[in-house]
Amino acid sequence: MSKLEHSLTSWSGQALKHQPSLIDGIDARVRIVCAGLFALVVVSSVAFLPALLGLLLAFFLVKMAKLNIKRTLRRVVAMDLFMLTLICILPFTTPGDPMFTLFGLAASWQGLAHALLITIKANAVLLVLFSLVATMSASTLGHALAHLKMPNKLVHLLLFMVRYLDVISLEYKKMRRAMQARAFVLGCDRHTWQSIGYLFGMLLIRSVERAERILGAMKCRGFCGRLYLNDEMKITLSDRFFGLIFFCFLILLIGLNIDAT
Amino acid sequence: MHIVDGALSAPVLVSGAVLAIVGVFIGLKKMDYDQLPLVGVLASVFFIASYIHLPLGFSSVHLIMNGLLGILLGWVAFPALLVALLLQVVFFGFGGLLVLGVNTLNIALPAVIVYYLCYRGVRHESAKVAAIWGAIGGASAIVLTSIMVAFSLALSGESFVLAAKAVLPAHIPIMVVEAFVSYAAVYLIHTVKPEFITKESI
Repeated sequence: MSKLEHSLTSWSGQALKHQPSLIDGIDARVRIVCAGLFALVVVSSVAFLPALLGLLLAFFLVKMAKLNIKRTLRRVVAMDLFMLTLICILPFTTPGDPMFTLFGLAASWQGLAHALLITIKANAVLLVLFSLVATMSASTLGHALAHLKMPNKLVHLLLFMVRYLDVISLEYKKMRRAMQARAFVLGCDRHTWQSIGYLFGMLLIRSVERAERILGAMKCRGFCGRLYLNDEMKITLSDRFFGLIFFCFLILLIGLNIDAT
Repeated sequence: MHIVDGALSAPVLVSGAVLAIVGVFIGLKKMDYDQLPLVGVLASVFFIASYIHLPLGFSSVHLIMNGLLGILLGWVAFPALLVALLLQVVFFGFGGLLVLGVNTLNIALPAVIVYYLCYRGVRHESAKVAAIWGAIGGASAIVLTSIMVAFSLALSGESFVLAAKAVLPAHIPIMVVEAFVSYAAVYLIHTVKPEFITKESI
């Protein structure tokens, strides 16, 4: 299990590691809007063809963003392990043409199709998110969301969190190392739970004290409850071009869906 | 715990999103700019809590701790959890984009309910009594969350009913673990820094 990215081992506070690519040059807002619309269209697909085409586009974007294929797949596979249970359950609970019977329960083709469709959709959305949105730094994401008219306080909260996740995860690791130095091993007993509870409580106390110091330090520098987003985001010709192509593709997917119904 | 994209039906997605937006709106109204560092830091602590995987039999569970977050933050848990879940889906691939509203609601609403349920109890002057209320809060938040996850699955189609029924028993071990961990955490805070929990919360 430790090999899977899924187990959330650390927050690097940055974008996914990748080589510089064409995607980096595209305006953050365009990328976010495209990813959002893509999710909307793919999730509401009813047929296999548009969902599969969406997955194909997702793979293409992953390639275009020059993401580390191995690491990206590892993250997605972690989710697919979870989807596997769905693929096992749904054929038995969906009525339809029987595929085979197990212990007197009939597995239906329709159920399998439904489970596969969900798997394809979920993978496509995640891959597009990884390639378009996760390739920007978390603070760029915050700024772009602010330019997209997300409520100001929410953006501030995001920016604060992006900054302090790093700090607090270091604090957490420090405390865990101190516990390890005292030969603490995670087990399945009350002692473990109590120790983890104490660890968590201590983390909370230290963080709250830190928050008080942060506020003091920020007030000392004239913080009046507002961060200034003074980066200018400009839509260039290449952004328009990317947006247009993406949009056309989405129209194609919608068309295929209408055709299928 | 995180529902993925594509599983839920459109009415469930839309109503989840609308309710989550209402919750976030109330939370933002109750939060001052002065409290931003505190809320940001607390939300980060809860994000980190999901790193902690405790071994349990053949597998492991990770802490959710939405009960304790609710006790500390009240309605502000909504915006805090929305941002945490957004970061998790974008940078870790947990859950999905369109189900963000449903996932936020499923975790944040129990947090708010626990806030009203345990608000007085946790502020009791005896550390033991407060810790027991903390444990009740921690466990009931998990129960409520799993009931809501089960409902959002069951409402999405007949074929999900079995999966929905499986959600509840699957969460019983997490509930027990979370109760013990919350008990210890509240007990420690009460002993080390009582003013943190007894002062008026946000």
